[in-house]
Amino acid sequence: MLVLSNVSKQYGDTQALAPTDLQVPAGETLVLIGPSGCGKSTLLRLIAGLIQTDSGALRLEGTVLTPANILHARQRMGYVIQEGGLFPHLTVRDNVTVMARYLHRDTGWIDSRLAELAELVRLPQELMPRFPHELSGGQRQRVSLMRALMLDPDLLLLDEPLGALDPMIRYELQQELKSIFGQLSKTVVMVTHDIAEAAFFGQTLVLMRDGRIVQTGPFTELAQKPAEPFVEQFITAQREPMEQLAAALR
Amino acid sequence: MLLMLCVASLVRPVLGAEGPVTTITIGSKSFTESVILGDMLRHLSQQAGFEAHHRRQLGGTRVLWHALLSGKIDAYPEYTGTLMQETLVKEKLQTEAQLKQALATRGLRMTHPLGFNNTYAIGMKDELAEQLKLRTISDLQKQPDLVLGFGNEFMDRADGWPGLQQRYQLPHRNVRGLDHDLAYRGIESGTLHVTDLYATDAEIAYYKLRALEDDLNYFPVYDAVILYRADLAQRAPEVVTLFKRLAGRINAPTMSAMNAQAKLHGEAESVVAANFLEQSLKLNIDLRVQTAWQRFWRHTVEHLILVGISLSAAILLAIPLGILAARRPRLGHVVLGIAGIIQTIPSLALFVFMIPLLGIGGPPAVVALFLYSLLPIIRNTYAGLKDIPSAIVESAQALGLPSRARLRIVELPLATRAILAGIKTSAVINVGTATLSALIGAGGYGQPILTGIRLDDIGLILQGAVPAAALALLVQGLFELIERALLPKGLRVQASELRSAS
Repeated sequence: MLVLSNVSKQYGDTQALAPTDLQVPAGETLVLIGPSGCGKSTLLRLIAGLIQTDSGALRLEGTVLTPANILHARQRMGYVIQEGGLFPHLTVRDNVTVMARYLHRDTGWIDSRLAELAELVRLPQELMPRFPHELSGGQRQRVSLMRALMLDPDLLLLDEPLGALDPMIRYELQQELKSIFGQLSKTVVMVTHDIAEAAFFGQTLVLMRDGRIVQTGPFTELAQKPAEPFVEQFITAQREPMEQLAAALR
Repeated sequence: MLLMLCVASLVRPVLGAEGPVTTITIGSKSFTESVILGDMLRHLSQQAGFEAHHRRQLGGTRVLWHALLSGKIDAYPEYTGTLMQETLVKEKLQTEAQLKQALATRGLRMTHPLGFNNTYAIGMKDELAEQLKLRTISDLQKQPDLVLGFGNEFMDRADGWPGLQQRYQLPHRNVRGLDHDLAYRGIESGTLHVTDLYATDAEIAYYKLRALEDDLNYFPVYDAVILYRADLAQRAPEVVTLFKRLAGRINAPTMSAMNAQAKLHGEAESVVAANFLEQSLKLNIDLRVQTAWQRFWRHTVEHLILVGISLSAAILLAIPLGILAARRPRLGHVVLGIAGIIQTIPSLALFVFMIPLLGIGGPPAVVALFLYSLLPIIRNTYAGLKDIPSAIVESAQALGLPSRARLRIVELPLATRAILAGIKTSAVINVGTATLSALIGAGGYGQPILTGIRLDDIGLILQGAVPAAALALLVQGLFELIERALLPKGLRVQASELRSAS
């Protein structure tokens, strides 16, 4: 589906991403994880074409992505960021359908697709004419997901989609997102810094540090056969508070 | 529709389009005597059967000189001393014949002197002069603490204050430049002690002033003449013949009396000029004096045209420049830098800079106002676009919207409020600054303000200042309405909620 070969990015003197190879098989959910500044967001933004690579190539189903074809390629990608990135001057309806309307898709198709997506993300119909600032944080992320899914993309890119939500809503949305991914069977690349969330969603985890990939594999593999001491440290650092919590509840 | 026709019919004179050869344009400097003489020239041109315009009180000598050279005006009243000591000082002219020769090489001619010598004089309150026993300019040396205030032109001219100070070795430190007409009020109130006078000023008698004797013969002779373009003799020989009839007909007491009628008794200059021509040249002058409402209407239309054209053009250019600045950071620095530099030029100077390029009247004023209106709109458009959170810009990119569609659908709507705020700022600055364009003959509300300052008539000043202020508020209100219509609904709700929250 998506193949990165020797892709790198540098900001001034800082190597944001060392030359990296990565393959995302179709239908799989891949989670990029690591401490802040490890290059996981840079990698996602390179895939979306929001920033340009310094070296290497990205292939989407065999086609090399270039500035010339990136606009077209983006129609096959859905992108959701932290806080949603909704357009404040447009209603929910207009936010979701903006690109379809720009492409002059059939109005009937747009309406039925909108209804279908609202049902999928469980957003009540009466919210359609509202503006983003009239919604809760969780509702905004649902709208953002609808917007990303509108043109039925092959690839879904999510950058900390739940990062700004409070824990209760976050938990609820995690469950729903996973079920949506299951229903849609799309290729998903998601960025998070939360190891539990990564384990919950990801078939494959990609752990990064200082602009390079440290280890790739399922969560159990990372936990049981850490490639470097850092992998163990990273998992332990997030596990300890969990275990204390679990112990207290017992 | 009717209004548009009216506007269209008035645009031509306001914009000073080159008329047919039979139209004669007279200029005058911004003091009463020059305006009266200018009105005489207009009456005489009309008497000879030509269409004639009088661009009244066009700022200083330099403005008129360049306007005459470039053919924007055909004639104006001038003084020999000014020509020899200031305008053509580099040629070191000694005699009237040499002066005529120097003018001829520039395609200009002058009449014989009209009959009075309006030289500069140095004057002060008679009472104060008596008390300090001052009779001559040399006596001023003994009183170094007196406050001196001179007309701006006198202050800067080679034959004005700098030369006077050197000749008489005057020790005064407290010397300031101000408008000649305001100087009289300073003298009256006692904040100024000594000022420059014109020998024929009506105020000398009115304010009980004493002209100090020029005991070292510093001031040259300032014989009044009419300066005109040589080609006028071919285009309108009858007019030149009539101009020449004025030579030797106006002596100093006559001029002084006419100045007093206009300045102290509130008689319109054109009436004063017509009365003189009827009495001394036995001409029948057809007086078409405008009513106050006609004048107000004309000033309003002139002002609206100046503001309308310059502001619309500024909006049309500045928004794209602001977008360019936001999209191309390097080019943006250059654009914002240039617009910033233009804004630092004092507005009056900007108007005067335009004269060599575009002459006098509407076009240079419109260009100056246009340049002045650019920066606030460019800067606000730039800031409005730059202030859009990067998450929103990137979301639009990630959707696959091309650059122009992003601008139209997302970025410009979000920057609407900032852009309109910039336009409002520009509009208010524009309406205010447009009052200065009267100085270069573009009319508008500045015209009654200038005349009011010249005649020391507060009422007349208010006739220009109040409508200008009202127009500024009106224009601002208009853009508030436009904002209400243009601002996306989602942003409006947000704004009102933010307001009620705070």
